[in-house]
Order: sequence, then C-alpha cells, then structure tokens
Amino acid sequence: MNWQVISHSLPIFAQAFKLTLWLSLVGILGSLIVGALSSLIQYFKVPILSQLFTAYVELARNTPLLIQLFFLYYAFPVIGLKMSATTCGIIGLIFLGGAYMAEGFTGGFSGVNQTQIDNGKALGMNNLQLARYVVFPQGFALSMPALAANVIFLIKETSIFSVIAIPELTNTALDLIGMYYRSNEYLFVLVVAYAIVLIPVILLLNLLERRVRYGTFGD
Amino acid sequence: MTEEILRVENLNKFYGDRHILHDINFTLHQGEVLTLLGPSGSGKSTLIRCLNGLEDFSSGAVYFKGEKIKPTDKNWQEIRQKIGMVFQSYDLFPNLTVMENILLAPTKVQKRAKDQVAQEAEGLLKDVGLEKYADSYPRELSGGQKQRIAIVRALIMHPEVMLLDEVTASLDPEMVRGILQIMTKLSKKHHMTMIIVTHEMGFAEQIADQVLFLEDGRILENTPGKAFFAQPKTERARDFLESMDF
Repeated sequence: MNWQVISHSLPIFAQAFKLTLWLSLVGILGSLIVGALSSLIQYFKVPILSQLFTAYVELARNTPLLIQLFFLYYAFPVIGLKMSATTCGIIGLIFLGGAYMAEGFTGGFSGVNQTQIDNGKALGMNNLQLARYVVFPQGFALSMPALAANVIFLIKETSIFSVIAIPELTNTALDLIGMYYRSNEYLFVLVVAYAIVLIPVILLLNLLERRVRYGTFGD
Repeated sequence: MTEEILRVENLNKFYGDRHILHDINFTLHQGEVLTLLGPSGSGKSTLIRCLNGLEDFSSGAVYFKGEKIKPTDKNWQEIRQKIGMVFQSYDLFPNLTVMENILLAPTKVQKRAKDQVAQEAEGLLKDVGLEKYADSYPRELSGGQKQRIAIVRALIMHPEVMLLDEVTASLDPEMVRGILQIMTKLSKKHHMTMIIVTHEMGFAEQIADQVLFLEDGRILENTPGKAFFAQPKTERARDFLESMDF
C-alpha cells in the first residue's frame, strides 16, 4: 500500500464523492415521489392508472439496473432520444427506485388498520382526503424500515453508473486503476468512501425510523 | 307525525352464498332512538354499517329524509357528513392531537372556518369533561376518554342522525357509565336521532323508543322500547332478555 498514491488521488475522489452523493440524493427523492404516487394509486385502485403502475413496478423490479441503463443510454438514441449519461443515470435510478419504494409504501399502507379507514370514511372523507390525512401519514411510518433499506440499496446502486461513464466513485476508481495499475490503493479508497457515505446514512435512518414511529403511533 | 330521517326497504345482503341480512324494513323518525338488540353474529353491526355505506348491500334501498340514496361512492361521501358514526374500537387518528382529530373533518371535508369550529369544539369538549385534553395525543388518553372524543368528533359534523355501534363494548365497566350518560343526554336534551347497537340492556330499556330484535339477519321483532322490555312478543327475545339478566 503506497500512501502517496492514495493522497494524490484524493482530490479526484472528492469530486467523485460529491457526484455520488448528488446522484443518490436526486435518485432517492425522485424514487420516493414516484413510489408514493404509484403506491397510493394502487391502494385506491384508480382505474387504468393502477394497472399501468402495477405493470411498471413489475417491469422495473424484475430487470437489472445495468440493462435499464444500457437501454436508456444506447437504445434510446436509436429512436432519436439522446440524453447525457447523467440524465440517463438519474432516470434509470428513479425508474428502479420508484418501483422498490412503491413496494415499500404498499407494505406500510396495507398495515393501516381498517378501523382507521372506516373512521375517515364515516367522517365523510373522499379518497384523496383519506389518502392525505389517514393512509399516508400512518402508512408512511409503517413503511419506514422498508424505505430506509431502499435508500441504502439505491446509494450502492449508483456504482452501476460506472458502465455509462458517469464519473462517480466506482467509475473513478476503475478509471484510475486502468491508468496507473494501482488496484490495492484505489479500491481501498473506494471502500472507505462508500463507508463514509453509508454509515452515517444508516445511523441517521435508524434514528429517523424511531422518531417517525413515535411521532405517529407513540410507541 | 315527525319527519322521517331514515327508511330501510327490503334490504338484503349476501357474503358470497351466505345470506347475512334478510328483508330488513324499518323507519326512523326525527328525534327517535332505535336500538338494535340480538345475539352476537345476528347482523346488527353489518346492518348499521349498511346505513352509511361502509358495507354495501345486495338489494333493497336506504332512504335519507325520504330520498333514496343512490349507492355510489360519491353519494355516500355526501350522506356520511349527515350520518355520524362511532365505533366499538374508539380509534382516533393517532398522529393528531385531540383538537386536530376533532377539527380535521369539519375544516377539510366541510370546509368550515377553523376558528369557529375550534370554538364549538371547545364547548363540546367541555360538555364531555375533557376540555383540558385538547392538546393531548390519543395515546395519552384512556379508552373511555378516547371514546368520548370520538363522539365529539362525530357530533361536530352536525349530523342529523348518529349511528353508535357497540360504543361501550370494549371499555372498562367504570368507563361505560360516562359514555352511556353522554348518549342519554344527547337523546333527552338535544333530541338527537340515534341508532344504537348495544349489549347494555338496562341502558337500552331507558333510552329506546323502538327496539329491533335481530337473529340470523332477520328482524324478529320491531317493537316500541317499553313494550319490548315489559313483554317481548317472541319467545326468542324473551330467552335473550333472560340470558342477559342474571
């Protein structure tokens, strides 16, 4: 292990680190929005849309992100839709993550007691009001563990962006190894960099899970 | 004759092949209290849930103030603002304070002004002796307190009829009295029209203008309250009353 090699690579890794963080953040937020929407539409069995979203969830969950990215990056330009690698990456991550988040939300929503729904209905709420004031707040708290697992999963999944040449952490490490043949040093930095992102995120999510659960149900 | 509030005509309900409710007919007038009595599994709760569309029925009709309710989701949503309901399970929304629980439907569903509703809510909370708990969360309340809040939450919608489905059944005996007193006051003082499913026979005897006695989804008796408790017409109802009275 040559520490000089490592210290020389740090500025490049810092850039990659920022990019990984940014891509993850956008991807996770997008996935949460798509997932919540998709799951609520399925929960209330909105005609046509709910079948459409069920198909989407199945398609997205049952194909690898790698293949989805190849499609966006290499196949879409053939039909005249050319996007930058970063755009493809973010769209791909939200496409995949949205489906996983949808499943996470669905698990939580189905855990909301029927008596709570009955209470909401008996007060004259329509589906939109039920969704907003009853199903979502309680279901969200119940979904937290699944959503948190998805957040971790999606951060790690950004490493696949390396195949379409987005200079995030994994791509940067592989690039450096290709140029300087120093795999031990660069892989070491890579592992540490992911740990620096993921360990605080995991701790934070654990805390958040308990907070949300307590705030909603008081236990 | 006082105004008719609810009328049920030839209502039948099936779960698959099972015939749950058989040809239910009755009429409820303004200010009347109707109690549904009968053994467990006789269809009391199912029937009361049909009256505000929480359960759908297979045939027959429900009329609200003489008008037949078309059983669509949208219609039921409108009607439910006028038919309040309180359940056995005293579920308040756990993520909201008592006051937020009470204000939610009037402000969001009925779009009434928040400060006016809040003022009214304070009055109602006082009536049930819980004015100190406006900012508490449901988890900080006992079962009986939660059930009182649930009643307030239904009343603030200004319903024209209240459906009360075994509202004391899962409470400690000590808590039951308070709830029964609130219902009695609602009837005697505010002349609230009510349908009550209960196993509290003493209470039913006091409050019932009319008794529907159900068994196996059929109305065996539709009798004025006093007459029912003095001398039930059917032997089955007699047995039932005797079994409740040790």
